[in-house]
Amino acid sequence: MAELDTSGGGKHKGGKVRSKKASTRVDLTAMVDLAFLLITFFMFTTTLNKPKAMNLAMPDNSVKQSNLPVAETRTMTILLGSHNKLEWYMGLPGKSAPTVDGYGPNGLRKALIDNQKQVAASHAAPDNTLIVLIKPSDKSTYENLVNVLDEMSITNVQSYAIVKILPIELEALKSQNLY
Amino acid sequence: MPRVKVARKSTAIDMTAMCDVAFLLLTFFILTAKPKVDDPSKAEVPASSKEVTVPEDNLMTISIGKEDKIFLSFSGNDVRTETLKTMGELYHVDFTPAEINRFSNTEVFGVPMKELKQFLNTPVSDQKSFQQTGIPADTTINNELSNWILNARKADNALHGKDYSIAIKGDRLEEYPAVNTVISVLGHQKLFKFDLITTLRAAPKK
Repeated sequence: MAELDTSGGGKHKGGKVRSKKASTRVDLTAMVDLAFLLITFFMFTTTLNKPKAMNLAMPDNSVKQSNLPVAETRTMTILLGSHNKLEWYMGLPGKSAPTVDGYGPNGLRKALIDNQKQVAASHAAPDNTLIVLIKPSDKSTYENLVNVLDEMSITNVQSYAIVKILPIELEALKSQNLY
Repeated sequence: MPRVKVARKSTAIDMTAMCDVAFLLLTFFILTAKPKVDDPSKAEVPASSKEVTVPEDNLMTISIGKEDKIFLSFSGNDVRTETLKTMGELYHVDFTPAEINRFSNTEVFGVPMKELKQFLNTPVSDQKSFQQTGIPADTTINNELSNWILNARKADNALHGKDYSIAIKGDRLEEYPAVNTVISVLGHQKLFKFDLITTLRAAPKK
């Protein structure tokens, strides 16, 4: 196919009859075709993008630890409700009215950054970092949880934990139709 | 006057180099190929901006699919063989060597113990349409999921001297209780560090 016969054999009239030298070249076209076909196949079947993951460390609840005294003004509690909405408040439950917020750059992230600044300004170093308690309700989705954990890494919150939601906090969610 | 003959050039291209390259690439792709495992949980993972990759070998993945179905997948054919034997003894199910062999080649499964025999006897071609109902799990210490995980970890430890890295793959719209069940099952086994599988979202500008 790719080889063109240019030897012009059979034109010699007279003279010695020479045995025609066979070309040592092999037609590789078919072989290359096959090779590229297989390459394409393997390229499409391999998973090039490896799944990404986020690390999650849960507290060891089997060991009873002595509780460290922590200023309640440093803690921010995030309640994950239904309809992709959340509520957050600072300090102890029931003391201050929770703020309803959404996920994303203008919702939770802004609140986190604001609270971080506020805590850093009102507390003495080194105990002036924000502590976040994440409380997913039964109506929140897995995506909500992952989003909040992602915000933690984006806003660089070092201390956070996933905690069981309290009945009083469920009431707060219910009052806003988020449960 | 003789006519000036223009020397006819051969149109043949030397394909040797091209062939070499093609086969080199082919070898590379064949050696690195890891066929996509069809995930019966159909979990659509949420996005995050984390760029940590999941370890490739010695991994146990717990997938939570639609309708809270839990699927389990752990690496190592020998580990799967051992685990099935232990689980068979525990739940008083006798598996034939053919079924054990079949199980050792099954990457992902999500059936209760009482349906496992039926699942393993389904021909490979029909396995896709087999309705897997998920591994039963609750927050107690003793349930099928926790026994699977425990026995797989024991087998992995005995055969390879390693402990599995745990990854959780959850569907985006899964409600939290299902995730909480899995986390508490792992918590009972003192597993507190695991990976949540996500897809990569473009990192936000700070």
